[in-house]
Amino acid sequence: MTIEANAAATPLATTPSTDEQTIARAARERIQRRRFAVRATQLAVAVLLLGLWQVGAIVGFIDPFFFGSPLGIVQRLADWFVNGTAYGSFWEQLWITLEESLLGFVFGVGSGVIFGILLGEVPFLADVFSPYIKIINALPRIVLGSIFVIWLGLGLPSKVLLAAVLVFFVVFFNAFQGVRSVDRNLVSNARILGASRLQVVQHVVIPSAMTWIIASLHVALGFSIIGAIVGEFLGSQGGLGLVIATAQNTFDSNGVFGAMLVIGVVALGAEALMTQLEHRLLAWRPKSPSENSIAGI
Amino acid sequence: MTSSASGGVKLIGVTKRFVTPTGAAMTAIRDINLTVEPGQFVTIVGPTGCGKSTTLTLASGLELPSAGSVLVNEQPVTGITKGASFVFQTDALMPWKSVEANVALGPMFRGTRKAEALRLARDWLATVGLSGFEKHYPHQLSGGMRKRVSLAAALINEPTMLMMDEPFSALDVQTRAIMSNELLALWEKSRPSVMFVTHDLEEAIALADKVVVITAGPGTVKATYDIDLPRPRGAVQEIRFDKRFLELYQQIWESLREEVERAYIRQIESNRQRGAA
Repeated sequence: MTIEANAAATPLATTPSTDEQTIARAARERIQRRRFAVRATQLAVAVLLLGLWQVGAIVGFIDPFFFGSPLGIVQRLADWFVNGTAYGSFWEQLWITLEESLLGFVFGVGSGVIFGILLGEVPFLADVFSPYIKIINALPRIVLGSIFVIWLGLGLPSKVLLAAVLVFFVVFFNAFQGVRSVDRNLVSNARILGASRLQVVQHVVIPSAMTWIIASLHVALGFSIIGAIVGEFLGSQGGLGLVIATAQNTFDSNGVFGAMLVIGVVALGAEALMTQLEHRLLAWRPKSPSENSIAGI
Repeated sequence: MTSSASGGVKLIGVTKRFVTPTGAAMTAIRDINLTVEPGQFVTIVGPTGCGKSTTLTLASGLELPSAGSVLVNEQPVTGITKGASFVFQTDALMPWKSVEANVALGPMFRGTRKAEALRLARDWLATVGLSGFEKHYPHQLSGGMRKRVSLAAALINEPTMLMMDEPFSALDVQTRAIMSNELLALWEKSRPSVMFVTHDLEEAIALADKVVVITAGPGTVKATYDIDLPRPRGAVQEIRFDKRFLELYQQIWESLREEVERAYIRQIESNRQRGAA
């Protein structure tokens, strides 16, 4: 054991923990090196793919009319952000879509949780309504968007409704299942300790179902964005869905890819916020070693 | 009966049948007569599936009897029994609440303000030797510690009746012995009447004033034995070598063994039939 190595690590050079510290430091360095290697390789893959695409587009190997090109996409996005789209500034379109998704998410989650808990708690209601819910769930709900546009017009409400309907079923089934799988012992215990039915729901059923509900929120978030954009596709006066539809109609591949990119960034951001929320709400859970977040869409 | 509010339990001719979702009826216990005097520690032993736990759910009012009557404090049980606490085999702790919040639930459900309930909870955690773990979550504690939390959560309501359904069966043997001693010490302080279900005859004798042997299912009372070992009992690990303890053990085991064997044979038969079908 060399003197300078110990002196650099800690003044308590003679304690038996020195060995452990050396090992721990080596392990930390190894982990950091590995993390760096992963990140660098990821970057290399992205550069390689985008580079091939760009070169292919220039050489003519890839037809930029159909497949666009990375630089073309950047130019198109820059143009949108600077000069705006045909229906106003790009930020405005982005905000319209975000607003629709967000409202749809809130209404869908709210109603899904309420109905899930209600039907989970009252078996009679569950038995009565389960065939109807199954029927509606079996429908291709995206098509409902057309009906909603007929009912509610080209504005915001029809998109919010479509997003909410998509979100509702995801959250509803999870909330319902969560309530059904509450530990009966916990309920019995709370009742013996003197809890009323409402207190049982508040202190046992809802927190217990929360794990299930939160698990559904990642998927629900993706569905809310899909709902808003498909709704805009089907008929609207603004929003990213309309931007994509217009780009499609003018054979502007760069435009379609560009809007897709923006939606992807927004979805990743929302996903990150959701993960934060999840960590806060489920702080009581034991940490699992493999908690990596993968985007829902 | 000294006082009417001190937690005596009487089961008179109690039968409990359950109806399965397919509509078949199953008798869990039949014609059980059983008396727990106020302040008495009664352990209930019997083979697996004989309806021991059902007896507890009836006394606590979680279930109502199909026939016969259940009296607590001389009053017939019609809903959740007042003044009863339950300790389950698995920890009935809310994993999303801290230890102190779990213990504080009892008083809070009964209308105590939150700050006051938490103060009480911390006192009880100190009593069961868990000072310093108030803010931990249940999953951060060992099995024995979680059992202490369950005990504190049950005792904080100052029950006159404590129902325990194989409370220590999930613990290792050493922790179980420690918890048995702790339970006796806590029980000596407030002397609730206790109904304690267990598979373990040694545990049953070491803790009890009275051991009730239940027959193979559908269960009924086969015999009751008064345990005349002096109290306080001291360490349960040592009382096992007492001469009187061994006599009692032999006597009760004779009675229990028949039932255990009968239940075991029946289980094998039913498994064989299921296998054939």
